[in-house]
Amino acid sequence: MLYFAPWKIVVILVTCLLGILFAVPNLFTREQLATLPGWMPAQQVNLGLDLRGGAYLLLEVDLEGVQRERLESLVESVRSELQAGRIRYTGLGVVGNAVQVRIRDAAQFDTAREALNKIPQPLSAGFLGGSGGKDVQIEAGPDGLFTLSFAEQGLKERADAAISESIEIVRRRIDELGVTEPSIQRQGADRIIVQLPGVGDPGRIEEILGTTAKMTFRMVDTSPEAIAGRTPPGSMLLTSDTERGADGKPRTFVVRKKIEVDGDELENAQAALNQQTGQWVVNFRFNSAGGRKFANVTKENVGKPFAIVLDNKVISAPVIREPILGGSGQISGNFNVQTANDLALLLRAGALPAPLNVVERRAIGPDLGADSIRAGWIASVIGFALVVVFVFAAYGLFGLFANIALVLNLVLLVGLLSLLQATLTLPGIAGIVLTMGMAVDANVLIFERIREEQRLGRGVIGSIDAGFKRAMSTILDSNLTTILTAIVLFSFGTGPVRGFAVTLMLGIAISMFTAIWVCRLMLAEWVRRRRPRQLYV
Amino acid sequence: MPMPRLRLVPTETHWPFMRWRNFAFALTAALTLLSAGAMYVQGFNFGIDFAGGIVMEVRTPERADLGKIRSHLSGLGLGEVALQEFGSPNDVLIRVQRQEGGDEAQKAAVDKVTAALREDVGEGISFRRTEFVGPKVSGELIEGAVIATLISLVGIMLYVWFRFEWQFGVGAAITTIHDVVMTLGFFAVTGYEFNLSSVAAVLTVMGYSINDTVVVYDRIRENLRKFKTMDLQALIDLCVNQTLSRTVMTSITTLLALVALVVFGGEVIRSFCASMIFGILIGTYSSIFVAAPLLIHLKLRRGGQGAAATTDQPASAGTA
Repeated sequence: MLYFAPWKIVVILVTCLLGILFAVPNLFTREQLATLPGWMPAQQVNLGLDLRGGAYLLLEVDLEGVQRERLESLVESVRSELQAGRIRYTGLGVVGNAVQVRIRDAAQFDTAREALNKIPQPLSAGFLGGSGGKDVQIEAGPDGLFTLSFAEQGLKERADAAISESIEIVRRRIDELGVTEPSIQRQGADRIIVQLPGVGDPGRIEEILGTTAKMTFRMVDTSPEAIAGRTPPGSMLLTSDTERGADGKPRTFVVRKKIEVDGDELENAQAALNQQTGQWVVNFRFNSAGGRKFANVTKENVGKPFAIVLDNKVISAPVIREPILGGSGQISGNFNVQTANDLALLLRAGALPAPLNVVERRAIGPDLGADSIRAGWIASVIGFALVVVFVFAAYGLFGLFANIALVLNLVLLVGLLSLLQATLTLPGIAGIVLTMGMAVDANVLIFERIREEQRLGRGVIGSIDAGFKRAMSTILDSNLTTILTAIVLFSFGTGPVRGFAVTLMLGIAISMFTAIWVCRLMLAEWVRRRRPRQLYV
Repeated sequence: MPMPRLRLVPTETHWPFMRWRNFAFALTAALTLLSAGAMYVQGFNFGIDFAGGIVMEVRTPERADLGKIRSHLSGLGLGEVALQEFGSPNDVLIRVQRQEGGDEAQKAAVDKVTAALREDVGEGISFRRTEFVGPKVSGELIEGAVIATLISLVGIMLYVWFRFEWQFGVGAAITTIHDVVMTLGFFAVTGYEFNLSSVAAVLTVMGYSINDTVVVYDRIRENLRKFKTMDLQALIDLCVNQTLSRTVMTSITTLLALVALVVFGGEVIRSFCASMIFGILIGTYSSIFVAAPLLIHLKLRRGGQGAAATTDQPASAGTA
């Protein structure tokens, strides 16, 4: 037991040195770190949102909303195809997850089938080479009933695309807001986790993320029917949040469902103060295709009102005075500086493919985080002091060795946390303190065993040797079961609880190294140099 | 010169733990019934992680007028609103029950409460923490917690079964379940909020308890091979006495660390750490008075691993 192979000593010492090296950056401020030589590790422990302050948002992509919207647009496609073919139909609408329509005239069944067959588009080829599947399946029932539904495979593709796109848009919006070091990840089938360090009040961000921001330009329905207050098929009744009628209630508009220009074709949008009116406005510019469409629409409809619609609310409905050929325009809708800037931001970042709902929010103010760090520090220092004093009182010199091993354990833990960039949370600090208590267990097992072996009449070296050897399997069994529960905790937990599992797991794993190997090395050195004739464990 | 040592347990003890086992079993049964009863009658004070709803922690510039804030918030029509002082007279913890009508409704309620508080306290108020959990997420969290606990339990049982004999596995599982039930009972009796960190606390207690149990079992396994003819009851007594000093030492160091956390670690983790203190006391008790005597009742076979028998003096001793 006195003999350690030289390579073993080297491995133990190098491991300790590396641990210290990786732990050291935590002693410096970020500014000081920047001045350190390049070969020094500069990663600090990553503080969780509960310690540094910040917001955690769990967003759910409303895939049902996407599906609803697609069904509605399918209805419109059916309507326009049938109208174009002068086919008489009835009962067009959404039934469950499909669109149904009944053709009135039996003689037109075949023409109707031909017309409807124009709707399905080929699916993007899968990695199997694509079997020529279409995104919409058409079933023709008896007596002229046609049912159109989306292909299963297409649905999944759409859903996946909708999530990836949502993540992209969320990222763009948050970048525009100037949050530093945001983290945006996908979770599960339809969720997005957004973590925003330093944001104590995420109210405005939530508002911005929760806005779909689907902007469309459509014509206002000016048919006699619409003016009389009815909503003809192909049009819809929308309200306005910004404009009020004579009675003080929000104004309503009958707007054509047909989209003339889509917000996707916007290239830029900026808030600006209109010098003449003194009002905040949003200036926008279309890309070339959008600009062309916009030019055509405005050319054909001079003198008629058109509507700028955002998420099914009319922002404004100006009358087209002259064709707008340059591809840029201005939206004025009773904005203030914030609403104008928010709208411009949303238009620049693009529309979400589906509505997003915040299903969980946890926001911690930075001062609470600072308080938690302080409390954690105090508790750690005091906990450490209590344990160290107690262990020394119980085991004397051996306790001192155990305490050195414990200090090393903590240093290595900090170093490993920095290296792995694991997140330290408040429960994580509790995990470290708990580790201090439990890490001594390995040494306690060994020392108690050494005492016993001595009582059985063994010599100094024999007792130490047997103590380590006998305690080994117990240490392994007991620590592995603890690590097992920590792993389960890690895989099931979120945020703070995960931080707890990480520190507990790493702390106990490291304790097997420090309490067994490092402590044994110290003991061996001591025995070799002092040649004690008796042990006072 | 040897320094005097702090000894909490005499160097050599011969306490007849197994003779007390029937008394211990009665006590255990009573406590278990009490726990189960408390869970049934009182139930848990579920936090928002599991019940859904809203929690806000605010700090007011002056001593907070809880009565005034309470009456204002209760008038908002948000259902049950609970207020409590949180660590200092300037800190208030507000809990609002889950709102009917999905995630949007939770958000709207947060806005309402925020506005009401601004009005009551003025601009000096600081919102230290705002959390809300929608109904769907809270349901999933419950499911996750239950699954995690079951997986840990089964994992522990399998591990112990694999390393020992089946009686040890069953004994460890029963002991662990006992500790989990007691810790849950602690939450029911004290009315401490039961949330995700409570599950972490329960799982940690589980880990600690099994750690303790395994140490005793390990010694039983070792002594079974060493003393082939000793009566099982006497043998278990011997093992518990041999490991007693270690059991107490480790419990104390762990408890010392936890006490530091409870006293100085702040309000947020207080109930988390307090429940672990309870659990560790229970875990220590159960490894001596539940896990060990269970082996007698599970009719542990003698000499099951006789082939691996070793003598008291390994040949390698003293040659290093």
